[in-house]
Amino acid sequence: MQIKFNKYYYGDIPEDNGGQQSEIKKVPASDGKEEWPLWEVFIRSKQGLDHKHAGSLHAVDAKMAIENARDVYTRRQEGTSIWVVESKNLFASNPADNEMLFDPANNKIYRHPTFYELPDEVKHM
Amino acid sequence: MATQELEKLFHDNIDAEIKIEPRDWMPDSYRKTNIRQISQHAHSEIVGMLPEGNWITRAPSLKRKAILIAKVQDEAGHGLYLYSAAETLGISRDQLIHELHSGKAKYSSIFNYPTLTWADMGAIGWLVDGAAIINQVMLCRTSYGPYARAMVRICKEESFHQRQGFQILYELSKGTDAQKAMCQDAINRWWWPSLMMFGPKDADSPHSAQSIKWKIKRKTNDELRQNFVDMIAEQVKVLGMILPDPDLKWNEARKHYDFGEINWDEFWRVVKGDGPCNRQRLQARINAHNEGAWVRAAAKAYAKKRQQEEVVA
Repeated sequence: MQIKFNKYYYGDIPEDNGGQQSEIKKVPASDGKEEWPLWEVFIRSKQGLDHKHAGSLHAVDAKMAIENARDVYTRRQEGTSIWVVESKNLFASNPADNEMLFDPANNKIYRHPTFYELPDEVKHM
Repeated sequence: MATQELEKLFHDNIDAEIKIEPRDWMPDSYRKTNIRQISQHAHSEIVGMLPEGNWITRAPSLKRKAILIAKVQDEAGHGLYLYSAAETLGISRDQLIHELHSGKAKYSSIFNYPTLTWADMGAIGWLVDGAAIINQVMLCRTSYGPYARAMVRICKEESFHQRQGFQILYELSKGTDAQKAMCQDAINRWWWPSLMMFGPKDADSPHSAQSIKWKIKRKTNDELRQNFVDMIAEQVKVLGMILPDPDLKWNEARKHYDFGEINWDEFWRVVKGDGPCNRQRLQARINAHNEGAWVRAAAKAYAKKRQQEEVVA
């Protein structure tokens, strides 16, 4: 492969007229169709712990997603295992449903051990 | 729920220090402000690789080369964390990149200054990353969840950057006369641009007040800049160097360092595109993107072909 070295890679010194001589070549607008799919990354930080969501990245397939996740999210031994899921396959609850989904647990305090008052004589419970 | 109710819930959450998450309702302007700020931040990490990448082939030892490569790789990683946080707000990666390349989106002006000597690698780590850390530590508590989580990850890695920079300068400061002069020269050139990194003065910063109300930012530009000056004015003594500001002195009444006026003409000139390296930086990014197009296309075609083979098999 041919590698092109531009002047600024070496000197990094601007041209005499402050680098203004070159008109910047514009890039064509993108329609997003060329974009690689988005993947969600989950990392197990050490054996015995759950995988935890770390972030997302773009990759063409699962293999590349894992390789990229290794470079992006585990440069300092943050992981011993990686899961990747294509984002379109991940389904989430809607925050608008929060009341219906989570509020009913509010008034069921009898589900917690502290609800039950026991005599002091009872040990180890 | 009616919009007013949703808006009230949003503000109640902000007031109660409850983070806003991607699927939560949020005002359009909050979304836009976050997209602008997070993408600027991401672009800064990506463009920020260029001034240092420039020195990888010329680092003075194998150890320094390995360190510099690791640091530049971190910056690529930081850019990716931030792009992925911005994408949770409903903007695509392609769009983000396009806005950088078309000049619509900005990145930190500091990266439009050239890196002329090896000591600049030290000054960038110590001053530029030092200024960035002050800003980023604050942003770990920003109100948008994905942005805050990306910042926590970044802050953990950034402190290596600052320490390695200081150590480069520390070694030069103990070296020959020429090395000491190189050290002082780098500090002279990077000091004022680093102060400019915190942005315009509070009085001239139109977005600041709203960002603080929404808890996107927690401190004003001037507060952060003062923190930075107080920190660096002490650290420079360890190097036995001076900061190029005759007005810099400790103010016992304020318990802060006073410092001279920033050249705001220069600041705006560089922001608007007429800094020493603006065009080279942007052109380098555009070239990298264009010249990588066939790689992206080939990877996609290969993945598609393998998928078809799997279906057949």
